[in-house]
Amino acid sequence: MTLSPAAKAPWRFKAASVLPGFGPAFGFTLLYLSLVVLFPLSVLVWRASGLGFSGLYQVATEPRVAAGLSTTFTISFAAAVIDAVFGLIVAWVLTRYEFPGRGLLDAAVDLPFALPTAVAGISLASLYGPNGFFGAPLAALGIKVAFTRLGILVALIFVGLPFIVRTVQPILLELEPELEEAAATLGASRARTIWRVMLPPLAPAVLTGFALAFARAVGEYGSVIFIAGNIAYVSEIAPLLIVVKLEQYDYAGATGIATIMLAISFAALLAINLVQAWSRKRFGHV
Amino acid sequence: MAVTEAIHGTAIRIAGVEQDFGSYPALRDVSLDIAAGELVALLGPSGSGKTTLLRVIAGLNTADRGAVFFGAENATRLSVQERRVGFVFQNYALFKHMTVARNIAFGLEARPRASRPSRQAIAARVEELLDLVQLEGLGSRFPAQLSGGQRQRVALARALAIEPRVLLLDEPFGALDARVRKDLRRWLREIHKRTGLTTVFVTHDQDEAMELADRVVVLNQGRIEQVGAPAELYDHPASPFVLSFVGEAVALPVTVTGGHVALAGRELHVDPHGVRDGAARVFFRPADITIAAPGGGSLEGRVEALRRTPSGVRATIAIDGSDQRLEIDQDLSAGAELGDKVPLTLSNARIFAYGDGVFEDAGEGI
Amino acid sequence: MSNAAGNVRSERPATRRALIAVAIGFLALFLLSPLVVVFVEAFAKGFGAFAAVFADSEALAAIGLTLLVAAITVPANVVFGLAAAWAIAKFSFPGKSLLITLIDLPFSVSPVVAGLVYVLVFGAQGLFGDWLVAHDMQIVFAVPGIVLATIFVTFPFVARELIPLMQEQGSVEEEAALTLGASGPRAFLTVTLPNVKWALLYGVLLCNARAMGEFGAVSVVSGHIRGLTNTIPLQVEILYNEYNSVAAFALAALLASLALVTLGLKTLLEWRHGDALKTHGRH
Repeated sequence: MTLSPAAKAPWRFKAASVLPGFGPAFGFTLLYLSLVVLFPLSVLVWRASGLGFSGLYQVATEPRVAAGLSTTFTISFAAAVIDAVFGLIVAWVLTRYEFPGRGLLDAAVDLPFALPTAVAGISLASLYGPNGFFGAPLAALGIKVAFTRLGILVALIFVGLPFIVRTVQPILLELEPELEEAAATLGASRARTIWRVMLPPLAPAVLTGFALAFARAVGEYGSVIFIAGNIAYVSEIAPLLIVVKLEQYDYAGATGIATIMLAISFAALLAINLVQAWSRKRFGHV
Repeated sequence: MAVTEAIHGTAIRIAGVEQDFGSYPALRDVSLDIAAGELVALLGPSGSGKTTLLRVIAGLNTADRGAVFFGAENATRLSVQERRVGFVFQNYALFKHMTVARNIAFGLEARPRASRPSRQAIAARVEELLDLVQLEGLGSRFPAQLSGGQRQRVALARALAIEPRVLLLDEPFGALDARVRKDLRRWLREIHKRTGLTTVFVTHDQDEAMELADRVVVLNQGRIEQVGAPAELYDHPASPFVLSFVGEAVALPVTVTGGHVALAGRELHVDPHGVRDGAARVFFRPADITIAAPGGGSLEGRVEALRRTPSGVRATIAIDGSDQRLEIDQDLSAGAELGDKVPLTLSNARIFAYGDGVFEDAGEGI
Repeated sequence: MSNAAGNVRSERPATRRALIAVAIGFLALFLLSPLVVVFVEAFAKGFGAFAAVFADSEALAAIGLTLLVAAITVPANVVFGLAAAWAIAKFSFPGKSLLITLIDLPFSVSPVVAGLVYVLVFGAQGLFGDWLVAHDMQIVFAVPGIVLATIFVTFPFVARELIPLMQEQGSVEEEAALTLGASGPRAFLTVTLPNVKWALLYGVLLCNARAMGEFGAVSVVSGHIRGLTNTIPLQVEILYNEYNSVAAFALAALLASLALVTLGLKTLLEWRHGDALKTHGRH
């Protein structure tokens, strides 16, 4: 009996496996994804391409749209920055200190994730409105929050905080205690140890959280529209403008704004991935 | 000041140090004198307190009782930063987000403005240290780009940069593989010779301790069992623990009666050195028992198994009077057969009273 | 500079207290106060007024619709999550990370955009607009549209909990089951599912909370037809805009309670079965 030389195996999409069910599982997954996500999104892309860059530019430069986009991006950025600073402090305090109620506070950080946006929206509007618990004393000081950009800022701060805290916490937990001890044996004061030894490794996580908070803030709708007052040219956000355009049956305009927003979100997420990859390569950790 | 000039290291005195973790006594009444410039090993199994003691010297742990002196100065009250000890951690604890050069320079840059050297001086010193640890040219690399052995050397250079009074190393080579470990051991001894620093290192590997140290401190369950040069520990172990931890040991039950030691009824000609009458144990190393000429020997045993080794025959022998089995190597020419009764001679045996603590892992088991 | 306490790893007590105060202050100000306000406003006119809200037919319709949407969305997403996790975790094929990225897509998309895409497809001027009118079918401004938009926004939740966990678990146990004679489905039911039950529950919790609370996407596709196409969040919006504060907040309190229960169960799950969940701070 002779054995013929082994023929080169034909290329297969899925590596051979004894487990059954790949076909149906994979097929269903693709079908679901396509119907729910890919197909509708591709219609958006198709519509957007129908607009072309000139069309997009036209939409973006309409005065009301331009104001809305500017409002959205600048305030989202500011909110993400504030969240980054305070989120870092909150993460530090929750991870490294013991105090009564810490567990409860830690769970509370997830509130913006769990609370429906409309609920947060009307609560914030009520809180900071002219008769609100915070709004009234602030008004007495001459500071108006509701129906202004400040109100939008407050809402976006609420929305973005958990992103920073939850990305920083695991990194903080993994920080080796020996690093602090080493810095101390080398003569560094506590302040120097924190500033030069502990914070830099946290930077990639803070950046990631910042980008996530920013991307979320840009697209946020329900939490913002109540407190913002939606005053054209002052406190209108881009998502609201999409709704406005839709109500006017200006599908092209709505598509244009949506495309611009999507592009910025994707850019933010791409930036995250790049930061993480770079930091992993340089410093050898996530 | 060039780091290669011999710095006369500082003597360390540890007096009555005790530390409890909750109700667990990690260090019990530890006192030790280390001469300036000595290279000392703290040797013991895990839980023996050796790392705790090292950290107490560094100030990373605060002893509950007792004092630590550097030379004439009582360092017990000093903070970690004030003690100027160089500490090398087991997993290096390098600052991963800083280059090698920045890591080494860290201690110098951390000095208050008044006593901080100029930037050029710091850079020059970093170069000097990189040369000393044989990592020239790698200053701009990041720790992630270095091998384990290289990282360890950076950790050492970083500790030396601050001109420490003493150098402390916590299982410095534990995380490295065997080949690298051997090289680094030799190299640590050289560094020690060049710098003249008082150096204390912690290890659980007795080979390492014996090979490197001027003196070895054997710790067990928070107490010092013995302090001495390696030869002293081998030849004159003070307790069954030391005997069994440093090198392999075998223990057999014996009876002491009026200065005579008997095993299974036969007299062993070993001096009990004051061990009182009653049950006791004889300790010896596996290499110290051999098959005697017929008619001779103080013990008897029976050959239970034979197997070939590259250079001869290995006989598994059951010793009369105990259920111990030993393996004894012989030449091919020796004629022992399965089942034979053979006489055995003992040399370098020691008697210890029954009940003295022994290191569990000792040789053929107790 | 003497820090004789020997504990090198902590700030001075004064600094610590200050930081804790800042953290608690910030959290109380921005996170907790909105939660408190919901209940304060809901009961502002007493328990009677609060209860009366739930007797209103529009409110009941909203609640009913929300429950219906969740009842369709969550099981559908569970099936999807299991299928996707099974394919991704137990088999080897090219393009896996692309697939996973696609599954994460809804998280990067504004809810309003999610609603928009369905309007673009099924709306009167959308791709299928004419065809739908011709067949007298309504997707947008009707319940099907709401369900679709909700599915879009929530389907990653279950998959994201299952995929990393099942990837980590590998296929050894299923292969062992097969060698012992079990069929594929049997192996899945008796080996795979029990191994992921806590992660599955966790994912279901999150998916459900989001499905019931989704606002932006649903707002765009629903047409806001009172009594017909309003979910609870939409009804909240209508009531609030009509200055019917108690009613709005009463319904909002219902949702907030759901959020608190979800958080509580989530925390309980993490605490009890943390190792079985392999959550790494991703959302």
